[in-house]
Amino acid sequence: MNHTAPIAEDLFGISWFDVNLANLFMVAVSSAIVFILSVIASRKLQMKPTGLQNFMEWIVEFVKGIISDTMDWKTGKVFLPLGLTLITYILVSNLLGVATVGVIGHDLWWKSPTADATLTLTLSGMVVLLTHFYGIKIRGMKHYLKGYVSPSPIMLPFKIIEEFTNTLTLGLRLFGNIYAGEVLLGLLVTLATTGVPFGFIFAAVPMLAWQGFSLFIGGIQAFVFTMLTMVYLSHKVSSDH
Amino acid sequence: MYSYIDVLTVGAGVGGLRVVDMAVQLFFFLLLLFLVKKFAWGPVMNMMQKREEYVANEIEAAEKSRLDAEKASKEAHERLKQTKQEAQKIIEDAKEAGQKQEQEIIRIARDEANRLKESAQADIQNEKEKALQALQDKVASLSVLIATKVIEKEIDEKDQEKLIHEYIKEVGEEL
Repeated sequence: MNHTAPIAEDLFGISWFDVNLANLFMVAVSSAIVFILSVIASRKLQMKPTGLQNFMEWIVEFVKGIISDTMDWKTGKVFLPLGLTLITYILVSNLLGVATVGVIGHDLWWKSPTADATLTLTLSGMVVLLTHFYGIKIRGMKHYLKGYVSPSPIMLPFKIIEEFTNTLTLGLRLFGNIYAGEVLLGLLVTLATTGVPFGFIFAAVPMLAWQGFSLFIGGIQAFVFTMLTMVYLSHKVSSDH
Repeated sequence: MYSYIDVLTVGAGVGGLRVVDMAVQLFFFLLLLFLVKKFAWGPVMNMMQKREEYVANEIEAAEKSRLDAEKASKEAHERLKQTKQEAQKIIEDAKEAGQKQEQEIIRIARDEANRLKESAQADIQNEKEKALQALQDKVASLSVLIATKVIEKEIDEKDQEKLIHEYIKEVGEEL
């Protein structure tokens, strides 16, 4: 269980320039899987939908529902591709680590990219930056700045802190859920493989249950992340806030 | 046993800011966003939009044809009503014409009957006159006959008168 991350330290001789190669690999794998599945599912589009097209349209309707729950559909329309990509990418990333975990030597190569705080915080940081960008773009600089001091200027520090806590909670919630799932799966695997008497039998049933639960968690977290993205966007974009 | 610090290193590496990882994640996510938007979600959303428009058009067309049908039905109803009225009128006209004709026929028949009656009366008159003429002729001849008979018999005045009366009576009976 002494797994370490395959970190290439001090790249190009720069002291803080560390790279987790497993992260790069898994991000690429997740992106490729999402891209390939989406493209396969949206081939041969027809007026009368069949099979995978129905599934794709269901996802579109689902994300559309999330967006129109939180904001006016007219302004929310532009966020539909973002929401779709977020929910599919995060779902696939979450599920990758549930189904399989790959270890080469002592290095953990195959896992959920969302079980890494760096990556989830990158995603949440990107989302929060997007909320600022669209806030300014759609409602104008004046309204955007006014949002920090309404209803009263006392709110200003809280509003500024809120932006950072939003970023942290959004990223760490996803990370925590998926990481915890993987840790427990790892412990169960260790129990099954390290020679504890009947360890395999003791491990198999909880393993099955926990994998099922992790699937559920993975779906929920993908939904929650997308949902909260849209909520934060609506705070900045909608005129009634 | 196992150190939990080791467990915590699984996948995460919580400490340390790894700029390259972040940049790669961001790059891959944005690339993925662009690619799936172009090749997957874009076409799907287009198709949904197209279907929405198609359905809206179909509903509009259905609505329009329903209105047309309603209009046509109304028109047919109107025409039927009109036709009924016309038929009613034709029947009434025919009845009136029939009555008129009936009266005409009766009038003609009455006229004809009157004419026949008159001509029959004229005939009767004619015959009557003819018969009178014939009677007068007969009376004359009878008078001559009587005269001859009186002359043949050479009777007195009394007897003669008696005879004349007798004959006249005879004639009267004969008539």
